[in-house]
Amino acid sequence: MMTHKLEVCALNAWFGTHHTLKDINLQIPDGAVTAIIGPSGCGKSTLIRCLNRMHEVVPRARVTGHVLIDGHDVYGAGIDPVQVRGKIGMVFQRPNPFPTMSIFDNVIAGLRLNGTRKSRRDLAGIVERSLRQAALWDEVKDDLHGSGVGISGGQQQRLCIARALAVEPEVILMDEPCSALDPIATAKIEALIRELKQEYTIVIVTHNMQQAARVSDLTAFLYLGTLIEFGPTERIFTTPEKKETEDYITGRFG
Amino acid sequence: MTYARRRIVNRVAQVCTVLCTVAVLVPLVLIFGYLLTKGVSSLNINFFTQLPKPVGEPGGGMANAIVGTLTLIGLACTLGLPIGVLAGIFLAEHRQSRFGWAVRFCADVLSGVPSIVIGIYAYTLIVLPMHSFSAYAGGFALAVIMLPIVTRTTEEMVHLVPDTLREASLALGVPAWRTMLWVVLRTARGGIITGIMLAVARIAGETAPLLFTAFGNQFWHQGLGGPISSLPVQIYTYAISPFDDWHRQAWAGALVLLTLILLTSLAVRVLTRGRVGTAI
Repeated sequence: MMTHKLEVCALNAWFGTHHTLKDINLQIPDGAVTAIIGPSGCGKSTLIRCLNRMHEVVPRARVTGHVLIDGHDVYGAGIDPVQVRGKIGMVFQRPNPFPTMSIFDNVIAGLRLNGTRKSRRDLAGIVERSLRQAALWDEVKDDLHGSGVGISGGQQQRLCIARALAVEPEVILMDEPCSALDPIATAKIEALIRELKQEYTIVIVTHNMQQAARVSDLTAFLYLGTLIEFGPTERIFTTPEKKETEDYITGRFG
Repeated sequence: MTYARRRIVNRVAQVCTVLCTVAVLVPLVLIFGYLLTKGVSSLNINFFTQLPKPVGEPGGGMANAIVGTLTLIGLACTLGLPIGVLAGIFLAEHRQSRFGWAVRFCADVLSGVPSIVIGIYAYTLIVLPMHSFSAYAGGFALAVIMLPIVTRTTEEMVHLVPDTLREASLALGVPAWRTMLWVVLRTARGGIITGIMLAVARIAGETAPLLFTAFGNQFWHQGLGGPISSLPVQIYTYAISPFDDWHRQAWAGALVLLTLILLTSLAVRVLTRGRVGTAI
């Protein structure tokens, strides 16, 4: 039986007066890849940013409802968003390594910026493990002290994945991680996602339906801030129950 | 537009920009060169180690004024840098707020206030209650002058740091204050330091606000609560005097002041150059 890692209950989100997400309910299983698809502006990114409390970072943004991780509400009273984000890592649309840091320092940025004290050897071990997990080790192992922005866009994105893995999260959120990358870099990231789901729960936002079909186990279709349909990816793409879903995946709009 | 014509226009524009660049550099070179020819002959080891001599006595130096200027800059930075940088961060973080708008407006007005007025302000606020000219009053006046420069450049530089970097750090579970210190400020460091250097260079040459705050002193200063000598005031005093050897000393003083500013700018640049280099 699949256990639920994340449970979204009655989630509503606003930007100022704009009601971006309307009453979302969703159960995200453990150790699987869940894709969120939908046309631009439907609230995909907002939804994923609500899961690790990044939505509220934007001025005038507001959230109500609950997101449970292993049954604990990340919006509960007294819950520190900083701790939530340590458990639920995130990879962004554009690769954003820290330009002032080397590749090595980028990977351990989460540990170092949190003041974690570790020996040089332990840190080197974490860097190698994270870069191997992100399938980047072989490409950068001889230049770990080179600039984090001196590598290609695809490599930068994998560096960002390594950086997220280094803090040992349980869930990884990916907000259109390939939209700024070429097809070869995209293929590498997709292979990586399939690899990572052995150990992590992954939620990926994508506006590329083929990508959702290739990498995900479950797919949620979001339209105008409402969750239209959610189920196994294969079923969503072959026999959608809702008319809107069918129109979208057959390319009639969006 | 034909290719031939575009080439000509391109060439003309190129020549114009080069000429303008030269026009910017020429005054600096001329001033420095003129100071060199006028001042270098009066420069010797005594100039840096001795106190001013009375009129007519040969020799003497400006050691007290050099130390005084460095002391005043130090005092001004102690007060002005933390307040300026923190205010700049506040403005960058609250760009939309009404209070932020008010602070920004005040900073812009403050940077337009004539420095003599700031001198009077420091005189009323510090010299009168203390019943004495003092290094504190001079440092305070200079701090007020550097404050808006530091605040506004810090704001602009912090604002230039892309939000994606902030988000990257926050999403790693890094608290906001550490994100600000180790990601945002580190990325904006180069620009903020440029702003600070501009402010220091500006106050190093200020004379008017020091005339009735730090006042000046022909001897070593006795603590920070008393009058203190400074290069600009010393240069001013010597330059308006009727004595030839004082004029020569004034030229030498001006040369030393300019060199001091150039060297500190250079030193700060070299010392703060990061291993990987900054984004801005």
